[in-house]
Amino acid sequence: MRVSKALEKWFPLFALPTTAAFILAFGIPFILGFYMSFNKFPRVFRLDSRTFQNMHWVGLDNYKAALQDGSFLHAFVFTALFTVVSVILVNVIAFTLAMLLTKAIAGRNIYRAVFFIPNLIGGIVLGFVWQNILNAILQWTVGRDITYSATYGFIGLVIVINWQMIGYMMIIYIAGIQNIPGEVVEAAAIDGAGWWVKLTKVTLPMVASSITICVFLTLANCFKLFDQNLSLTGGAPGDNTEMLALNIFRDFENAPTQSVGQAKAVIFFILVALISFIQLRATRSQEVDG
Amino acid sequence: MDKVSKHFKIIAGIGLTLVSIFWIFPLLFILMNSFKNEAGINTSPFSLPNADTFKGIQNYSTSIQGAGFFQAIGLSFFITIVSVVVIVLFCSMCAWYIVRVKTWYTSVLYYMFIFSMIVPFQMVQKTMPATATWAGIANSVGIILLYLGFGAGLSVFMFTGFIRAIPIELEEAAMIDGASAWRVFFQVIFPVLKPTAITIAVLNAMWVWNDFLLPYIINVKTIPVVIQGAMVGAYGQVNRGGFMAMLVLAIIPIIAFYLWGQKHIIKGVTAGAVKG
Repeated sequence: MRVSKALEKWFPLFALPTTAAFILAFGIPFILGFYMSFNKFPRVFRLDSRTFQNMHWVGLDNYKAALQDGSFLHAFVFTALFTVVSVILVNVIAFTLAMLLTKAIAGRNIYRAVFFIPNLIGGIVLGFVWQNILNAILQWTVGRDITYSATYGFIGLVIVINWQMIGYMMIIYIAGIQNIPGEVVEAAAIDGAGWWVKLTKVTLPMVASSITICVFLTLANCFKLFDQNLSLTGGAPGDNTEMLALNIFRDFENAPTQSVGQAKAVIFFILVALISFIQLRATRSQEVDG
Repeated sequence: MDKVSKHFKIIAGIGLTLVSIFWIFPLLFILMNSFKNEAGINTSPFSLPNADTFKGIQNYSTSIQGAGFFQAIGLSFFITIVSVVVIVLFCSMCAWYIVRVKTWYTSVLYYMFIFSMIVPFQMVQKTMPATATWAGIANSVGIILLYLGFGAGLSVFMFTGFIRAIPIELEEAAMIDGASAWRVFFQVIFPVLKPTAITIAVLNAMWVWNDFLLPYIINVKTIPVVIQGAMVGAYGQVNRGGFMAMLVLAIIPIIAFYLWGQKHIIKGVTAGAVKG
């Protein structure tokens, strides 16, 4: 209590800088963004009196337009498919690598580093690295570019996200596997359990919390993917490989569609918040079980 | 560690080596082609440069100057380093205040920070630049304040988690001895926070260095923004050798960073998994 009292008057020094930056960068823009989704944006959006004179309230019109926009629905389906495929692949491969690299294999620290490094490279650079390789491979084999078809783009995006995220998830799985008490595995072995039984009855249940973390981490990252999408395919051909974030970004780039883009952004936010909410529930129920 | 059979070791070793080569290949491909001329990249992208295709370091010297890449490297270093220092310093101070001052507005603040973590950036993509322009911080120095604002969610959250575990008696004793809040923080609290501070510094450094959308929308030309611009602005006329040289130069600092602080980085990204 003494600390609380003595510290309280120091708000301007300790808490104000972060709070002020937070309000400027996030607080005001968030509230304004929510409000603007019910308005028609003026062509140029600034925080001045002219802007606020030139915008007008349109109710739910932006939301109606968003839900009737074929490109938005297409982006949603594309994003959902991409997310499902990537979450499964990333986690299965990362878990397999983690199982191998927790065994006494020569040079396993080097392998870990090799698999992990792509995770540190940013999405824009990553997308362009792979665009160059995939185009070279496609030119060499079928004489085409990655922008030739949406299937190429889809597979390309899955490869990029796998290359980026597997190492990261592998690190989390390794930490989980190393936390399994040795006696548990030994007891199973003494009871004559084969590798499949050991895996499904001992290892997987023991790393359940790591699985939850990794599945939701990949889920959120895939669903919100933007940089890699922009650099690898840019949505091409047409807008056939456009994911949700890129679809919204494109709306913001053009004055006539920015109001609809803002409504899409709110819908996008609600979907992402829903994922976070389900994650919270899943984590909580696990804590109760454990 | 499990005992494994010799056969298993050999097969796993071969398998892992093959997968590793596949993993490293993209980086080698870019490195290799960054030393070639256009004809070499087009006709033999998968072979090492030879007498006909080798271009020396020309892609690194002349080709990337026009794109403003050298300025971008300096700017990215400046923004990343200063932002990380500012985030670690102010977020730890703010977290201490939130944990130790128990009133309604500190809990409101805490939940607002947590809330910001689940909001996708697109939500503020149009309104944030307007706000930043109005406040005069839509530039290469002001962007640091924006990073403090956006980084506050995760950083304050992680710092508060750690500070809650510190026994308050330490601070009480120091205050009874007459130390000011300022001195208590820097001489008692901050030294204890050091491991968490390193973790948070690593996470934010990776984020700020690689971030594209925030600098892009306020027109600050960091490395990702310049790379994207070089590709899009060229409309098929892009000098691919020079472009790949840019990619190599963008990746080298990241690898150096990893080699320098491998342990902290692994620890940092594992701890940062809470963000989701």
